[in-house]
Amino acid sequence: MPTDLRFGLDRRVILSDPLHLESGARLARVEVGYETYGTLDPDGGNAILICHALTGNQHVAGADPRTGRPGWWERMVGPGKPIDPARHFIVAANVLGGCSGSSGPASVDPATGRPYGMTFPVITVRDMVRAQAALLDHLGVATLAAVVGGSMGGMQALDWAVAYPQRVRAVVAIATAARHSAQNIAYHEVGRQAIMADPNWRGGDYRIDAPPVAGLAVARMAAHITYLSEAGLTAKFGRRLQDRDAVSFGFDADFQVESYLRHQGLSFVERFDANSYLYITRATDYFDLAAPHDGRLAAAFANTATRFAIVAFDSDWLYPTAEARRIVRALNAANARVSFVELASPHGHDAFLLDSPDLNRVVDGFLRAGE
Amino acid sequence: MTALRPDLAAIAAAVPHGARVLDVGCGDGALLAALRAEKGVDGRGIELSGANVAAAVARGLSVVQGDADTDLGDYPTAAFDVAILSDTLQAMRAPDVVLTELVRIARTAVVAFPNFGHWRVRLSLLLRGRMPMTATLPVPWYATANIHLCTVADFRALAAERGLTVARATFLSNGRDVTWGANWRAAQAVFVLRR
Repeated sequence: MPTDLRFGLDRRVILSDPLHLESGARLARVEVGYETYGTLDPDGGNAILICHALTGNQHVAGADPRTGRPGWWERMVGPGKPIDPARHFIVAANVLGGCSGSSGPASVDPATGRPYGMTFPVITVRDMVRAQAALLDHLGVATLAAVVGGSMGGMQALDWAVAYPQRVRAVVAIATAARHSAQNIAYHEVGRQAIMADPNWRGGDYRIDAPPVAGLAVARMAAHITYLSEAGLTAKFGRRLQDRDAVSFGFDADFQVESYLRHQGLSFVERFDANSYLYITRATDYFDLAAPHDGRLAAAFANTATRFAIVAFDSDWLYPTAEARRIVRALNAANARVSFVELASPHGHDAFLLDSPDLNRVVDGFLRAGE
Repeated sequence: MTALRPDLAAIAAAVPHGARVLDVGCGDGALLAALRAEKGVDGRGIELSGANVAAAVARGLSVVQGDADTDLGDYPTAAFDVAILSDTLQAMRAPDVVLTELVRIARTAVVAFPNFGHWRVRLSLLLRGRMPMTATLPVPWYATANIHLCTVADFRALAAERGLTVARATFLSNGRDVTWGANWRAAQAVFVLRR
């Protein structure tokens, strides 16, 4: 049997139809970068879509060919893991607006032959989900056994159940919320303003060889703080000094935590596009599943037959447990089959990406219950 | 149902095949799992302890980490056929409100609790003058989660006051049925209530 080129690592497809975006704009020749693992059952019943977070990508369980970094969720996805290519047909796609193979502001606008830059239309989480649905059409996946994601990936997973209730049998939404809070928006705005204040940003029309790395690095540094807990930062760095015995009475990175953040910022700019960062943070700021229902989140899930697993981490202050409980309350009010657990971790929001046997146990049991 | 504890077996006996069941304070989901396996119920649970919830979800049950004192209001009216409150009533801040919520959420409520009127409890208090510790109440007073203990007679009085019908009552002592003198002789009671 000839190899089906639709399946495998580091794939690309140009969607056959234009995407009609939530803003009203229309985006033609949309490209989606994606990976698949495992084999689709003859009845198509074993497909699982993994949705990545803000700065993630489609390389969930295989090395990123551009950076060589290992898959970002190999703790959850892989042989012997809760999401296992031996049992599941796994699809992971770069989000619309991203910079890892899917159409985004760094892509070339077919109408002009130049990068879109800020002429790329503003996109939403729903638009990301629609692009994923179009990808699944291309792959011949009618329904999903589950959509799984953390953080912004959890928003997409929840939105899947709202946008395509007939196509999703189960949702696993981890360390996430059904809306962005004022504080969430505020932190994102700091990041965006840092990028826009960089003279190299040039209204989004920056030179390929001179992107606004200083602004993007500051954006990443601010955001990275929100991914960690205060206790975690204290345990990891405290007030310890970096390669010195006394403070320098200057503005060098005296403290280990400063050095760490600078490193996070600098390594991030090598793999991420500044305009993509603007567009994707905007998409999450606009996210509010209850908005079309006068703030009644339960109405968004009315009559759902989808099973839900909602997981929060007790030290996550970016998407705190209270936001997860809000989702659970709405799902209970909608009489949905929902599981919810708050797991203990000192690692803050990032806990969902780190080693968490409890998380794996919950996801494994939840998925197997549907198989 | 032979593998179940006698009180859980008494609860299970009140659950019809294929019923929609909410187990309030479901622990690690042992009862729900048994009801699912043997009676094909569509079961959900609420449980306070995260470790218990993780264990229950890992067995494929739909269980929500939450507090029955505050979270029952989230459920729509008549969403379930049976609501179970097993060995949990006495730990509620407002047992009367929880009871009223149970019969709102489900047509039938099954409530199992340790009987504080049991003769061992009375004797312990009478003779030793100490807060009783028995097989069903094994934790000392300062560490127990049980803040609203009641007797069989207390429970009947509350049910009558709230206009609830007792459809059935089962009483147990050392795993055996108690058929007379329940308020003295029963260590545990299992009530089936309807609005």
